[in-house]
Amino acid sequence: MVVFGYRLPGMSSLLIWALVWELVGRSDMSFFVPPLSEVVTTLFSIIGTAAFQKALYETAYAFVAGVFFAVVIGVPTGILMGKNRLIDELLLPWVNIFLSAPLTALVPVLMVLFGFGMKSIIITTTLFAIWIIILNARVGVMQINRSLVEMARSFGATPWDAFTKVYFWAALPEILGGVRIGVIRAVKGVIIGQLLISIVGFGALFELYSNNFLMAHFWAVLLVLFALAFTLSEVLAWMERRLSYYSSKR
Amino acid sequence: MAMPQIKPVESGAPEIAVSAKNISKNYGDVEALKDLTLEFPKGQLTSLLGPSGCGKTTLLKIIAGLLEPTSGIVEVNGKAVTGPGPDRAFVFQDFALLPWASVLRNVAFGLELRGVGKSEREDIAAKYIKDVGLGGFEGSFPHELSGGMRQRVGLARALSVDAEVLLMDEPFSAVDEQTRRKFQEDLLSLVQNENKTFIFVTHSIEEAVYVSDQIAILLPRPSRVSDIIRPSDLRTKDVDNIRRDPEYLDTVDRIWALLRTYVE
Repeated sequence: MVVFGYRLPGMSSLLIWALVWELVGRSDMSFFVPPLSEVVTTLFSIIGTAAFQKALYETAYAFVAGVFFAVVIGVPTGILMGKNRLIDELLLPWVNIFLSAPLTALVPVLMVLFGFGMKSIIITTTLFAIWIIILNARVGVMQINRSLVEMARSFGATPWDAFTKVYFWAALPEILGGVRIGVIRAVKGVIIGQLLISIVGFGALFELYSNNFLMAHFWAVLLVLFALAFTLSEVLAWMERRLSYYSSKR
Repeated sequence: MAMPQIKPVESGAPEIAVSAKNISKNYGDVEALKDLTLEFPKGQLTSLLGPSGCGKTTLLKIIAGLLEPTSGIVEVNGKAVTGPGPDRAFVFQDFALLPWASVLRNVAFGLELRGVGKSEREDIAAKYIKDVGLGGFEGSFPHELSGGMRQRVGLARALSVDAEVLLMDEPFSAVDEQTRRKFQEDLLSLVQNENKTFIFVTHSIEEAVYVSDQIAILLPRPSRVSDIIRPSDLRTKDVDNIRRDPEYLDTVDRIWALLRTYVE
């Protein structure tokens, strides 16, 4: 954006919204919206506390584990579905149903099945992320240039070689696209899990702060969470762009 | 590339490297190929020429082992083809390069799939990269190269696995006219120097007559071999003179007379 001949760096519009927030906060319009400056001050004061770091650790653990399983199970499943008609017919309806299903409603069932601990939270996170990862990997494999597949076959590639040296790399931009969206969904999954299953991590902090009307604390944690999710998504988007640079020029 | 243009005189019938016997291929109710029989002499270049839809690429892919014929058999050096094998290498119309791999890795990829060690396969690949005139581009990526250069990579990959039979599916159709002419000249010297059998699919009459020892004219509906033309004297001519040789011009005319009724 260019204003009065000056080129503004990306996302400078956020400054305007920060200003609006500050003004609304200072005008005491609502108890629930403290001024941004107060939120930021609170943010720095709680970042060092043991409660915050424990919450960060618990959330990160569940998140990383959930995403890990979603990728490790989702990508090969998607590639298999893209390559094998039978597996595709068997699994595709379920993938599509779960992709659009309100998974939050499923969480109580998970609690019964897997207990009230970390396990259920990780499974919730995986369930939020995995379906779009499967679908994207499937599409990525299905659109691989036919002659690349024939090339691998004609030079005598074993199925494993074709899989690891050709299909996976050719589908990588789509796979990463799926992982990026999956990661964003996993952020939702991990917080919902923490709020519904057992009150731990950031979920516990949200509960604690909102029940005690510590709105500045509440917003501070939310800001941290938003920033983390956004940064993750941007890093993945950057990797995705780097990769498509190579693979789109076919 | 000045090359000696005289081939050793063949005594009697040339040895047959590849033979397709009674090949039929159906896609559902559609007959792509019907009872097609054709022989490919060793060390020579045979073109498959015909209008689009005559099944020439289908035949080539059956020879490559990429497609299975509905009936009939393909033999390479007397052995029946059951799938892709190290005795044949394929050059693709759209090059089929790995976009994420360097020229060196792309050329070495056929050897990589055959389990040749890294330093050995890269030595072989480097030699063929030089041979096709791409020395200095080993570290480049396909998207940094022109279409013609990409096809040279595809050619180097096929040469580096040292197969006896080279299958080329309209290899020059995606490159510009000048590059194509250069390719055709280079192909002639390749046929001279490498003791390989070339099977070459093209839809260009001029290209077929220019590069071929033997031209198989394929006609559609139902697909069959209509004629086999062997330009007898062209291979002894200098590459610069082929295009104004009376035999070249006559052959082009003769083929066009055969094909014109099939062109919509």
